[in-house]
Amino acid sequence: MLGILRQRVAAKFNYALNFEQGIGSVALRAFSSSANKMTVRDAINSALDEEMSADPKVFMMGEEVGEYQGAYKITKGLLDKYGPQRVVDTPITEAGFTGIGVGAAYHGLRPVVEFMTFNFSMQAIDHIINSAAKSNYMSSGQISVPIVFRGPNGAASGVGAQHSQCFAAWFGSCPGLKVLVPYSAEDARGLLKAAIRDPDPVVFLENELLYGESFPVSAETLDSSFCVPIGKAKIEREGKDVTIVAYSKMVGFSLQAADILAKEGINAEVINLRSIRPLDRSTINTSVRKTNRIVTVEEGFPQHGVGAEICATVVEDSFEYLDAPVERIAGADVPTPYAANIERMAFPQVEDIVRAAKRACYRSR
Amino acid sequence: MGSWLARSRNIQYLLKRNICFFDKTHSLLHANSSYKTLPPYETPHGFCASVLSFRRSESTMAGKQAQADDDDGNQSIEFPGGRVGFTTEMDFISEVTDKRVPCYRLLDDDGFLISGTTFEQPDRETAARMYESMLSLQIMDTIFYEAQRQGRLSFYLTSTGEEAINIATAAALSPDDIILPQYREPGILLWRGFSMEEFASQCFGTKDGRGKGRQMPVHYGSNSHNFFTVSSPIATQLPQAAGVAYSLKMDGKEACAVAFTGDGGTSEGDFHAGMNFAAVMEAPVLFICRNNGWAISTPISQQFRSSINSDGVVVKGQAYGIRSIRVDGNDALAVYSAIRAAREMVVREQKPVLVEALTYRVGHHSTSDDSTKYRSVSEIEQWRSTGNPMTRFRNWVLANGWWTDEHETELRGTIRKQVLKAIQVAEKTHKPPLEDLFSDVYDKTPSNLQEQEKSLRETINKYKQDFPADVPL
Repeated sequence: MLGILRQRVAAKFNYALNFEQGIGSVALRAFSSSANKMTVRDAINSALDEEMSADPKVFMMGEEVGEYQGAYKITKGLLDKYGPQRVVDTPITEAGFTGIGVGAAYHGLRPVVEFMTFNFSMQAIDHIINSAAKSNYMSSGQISVPIVFRGPNGAASGVGAQHSQCFAAWFGSCPGLKVLVPYSAEDARGLLKAAIRDPDPVVFLENELLYGESFPVSAETLDSSFCVPIGKAKIEREGKDVTIVAYSKMVGFSLQAADILAKEGINAEVINLRSIRPLDRSTINTSVRKTNRIVTVEEGFPQHGVGAEICATVVEDSFEYLDAPVERIAGADVPTPYAANIERMAFPQVEDIVRAAKRACYRSR
Repeated sequence: MGSWLARSRNIQYLLKRNICFFDKTHSLLHANSSYKTLPPYETPHGFCASVLSFRRSESTMAGKQAQADDDDGNQSIEFPGGRVGFTTEMDFISEVTDKRVPCYRLLDDDGFLISGTTFEQPDRETAARMYESMLSLQIMDTIFYEAQRQGRLSFYLTSTGEEAINIATAAALSPDDIILPQYREPGILLWRGFSMEEFASQCFGTKDGRGKGRQMPVHYGSNSHNFFTVSSPIATQLPQAAGVAYSLKMDGKEACAVAFTGDGGTSEGDFHAGMNFAAVMEAPVLFICRNNGWAISTPISQQFRSSINSDGVVVKGQAYGIRSIRVDGNDALAVYSAIRAAREMVVREQKPVLVEALTYRVGHHSTSDDSTKYRSVSEIEQWRSTGNPMTRFRNWVLANGWWTDEHETELRGTIRKQVLKAIQVAEKTHKPPLEDLFSDVYDKTPSNLQEQEKSLRETINKYKQDFPADVPL
């Protein structure tokens, strides 16, 4: 079967060379130097394309990433451009292809392993934690693992309990991993390029519902050497009354909540974490010392969540600056239901964030 | 091979086995029973009758099925995955094989070459070096084990009984071949030049070893010897080996990945994933299964059914599309020859090969185990004496005039002194410095860890009496 694939791809490849040069460069040609918009899907695709073009050691692996163009069309066009040796359609075995990816990384390749959703990464968790995360330490620096695990994380819409969990907190607690959570197209492009270039194993948590969303991108973002530093949060909106810390899709909700709060005279500062591990404690604390109030927002389960860690760090480092207890908004402590009405109630909505911010602001009155 | 089965504590299994054998020789008496009207499965006799009927119905129908396969055109169906011949006879493939895959061996139990065999033979120098390495491995194991028993080491595990697999495999491979070990293959490192001092450094977790005191004893690793660091979870190295092999293939290197596992490891999901994947991706991996009969206290008969009914690990290869061979793991010559051939195939044809090496785990699983609790001492002693890999190979090199008893006595003394000295030195060497607690978590130590280290140093300086004095700061 692999042989047939090669023949077909070889034929297509020659044709493709002349006619179409991959999404990334098309995007670059189409967009001029003025501000433009880009979907998160295109951002990820272009980042993969450029990194694969720049370094022949980078290769992709996952279910449906090749012929099917990606389960969510993220890897569209890459098989045609780079061939089946570098865009590998795998059998259905997360443990298998994660193990292979880790082994390939041990020997110096730079795999990008796609999980159809991070819920399925549970079937490969031993390779991620016990092999990828810990190998550099356990081998005393002899075995490095420059691998990227990427895929959609967290809730989609109407997909039920086994397709909706957010794993940011679980991966975030493990030393040896870096855990990234892009929100905008700029985040997706810059963080993925940084992740692929990073010598450490990186878990790249995307969000299915954000794939289709468009964001404005600057010319700098579109440049092929563009990178976003890992471990630095971004202040999406400056404010002075309350700090709202969020990641991934919840950043968008927080920005909407900030607009609503602004009408009521509350000026909220919204921080986009971008990175769960390393966590940018300094940006969070600087902001809290300015506003004296903090609301954390996440889709994941509340117990041992990202919000719990942020609360701990703020209490440890900025206790005297707090004028109100830390407000923590998280998903409901239940496996995600399917029916749309109760699914909606299992995840934070904009109104929940608004109410929490108001509680934080009125508490001392 | 049958003797240890007889001593298995699973009496029911013993009964079934005996009755089946008896029935087999009296099959004519059961001419009329059909598999549709069997007594229930639970009774040993019923079990055997069913086995018998399947076999008989298989044999009477064999002729008809051959005809169906022979006719072309109308007699087959095109399914995704290929053309399949069909039959109107409903015929289950028995879960029991008639004939076990034979085991490739060259030396008999006493170490004499079995006549009429052709094989690749190690030359004088290699053979002598092989025996010397087997001796070193045995002596190293004995002394380190004793050291653990004396409380000087926290943990150790031996390769007793598997010296031939360790050394003959190492000798048959190229130094460029990348080894992904389970944990009972230190002989390969030994062959490739890892010194006694380095073994001791890792086991004692000193600052001198490349291990930096990060792992338990016997978790050796060395990039320069192409031996990946031992990782405790079982069988994870199998799909990883396919990945390493994929990388070698992309580099166009004339080398392969060699992954080891025990019989127990073949139960892991990763065994399936690794084998399947290596075959699909045509990755140059040499899978070597050390089937030594025991996974801690779990005997083969409880590890997989294919040990009683079907045929162990080697038959699984074909199911994945992987060429496989079964070899006598206690015959160093056969192992050498088989691995040489297998490696050539893997590298030349760029596809995986499976080698099942049958052997016996003479030692306990580790120093945390007392195997006399679940197997008889006489069984262990029998394997330590009969068919012992070292004795057999020794007799062969002696017969060739490539070895002498005097040389061995002298060598044993030298190696023993070397190992003892290495242990004595390692015991007294300092453990790794404080900075090695925080380094290598990432490629570059991140700011939070730098802060933690600084904070820890300050605390230690302030409360020196609360901290151990032997941690270099």
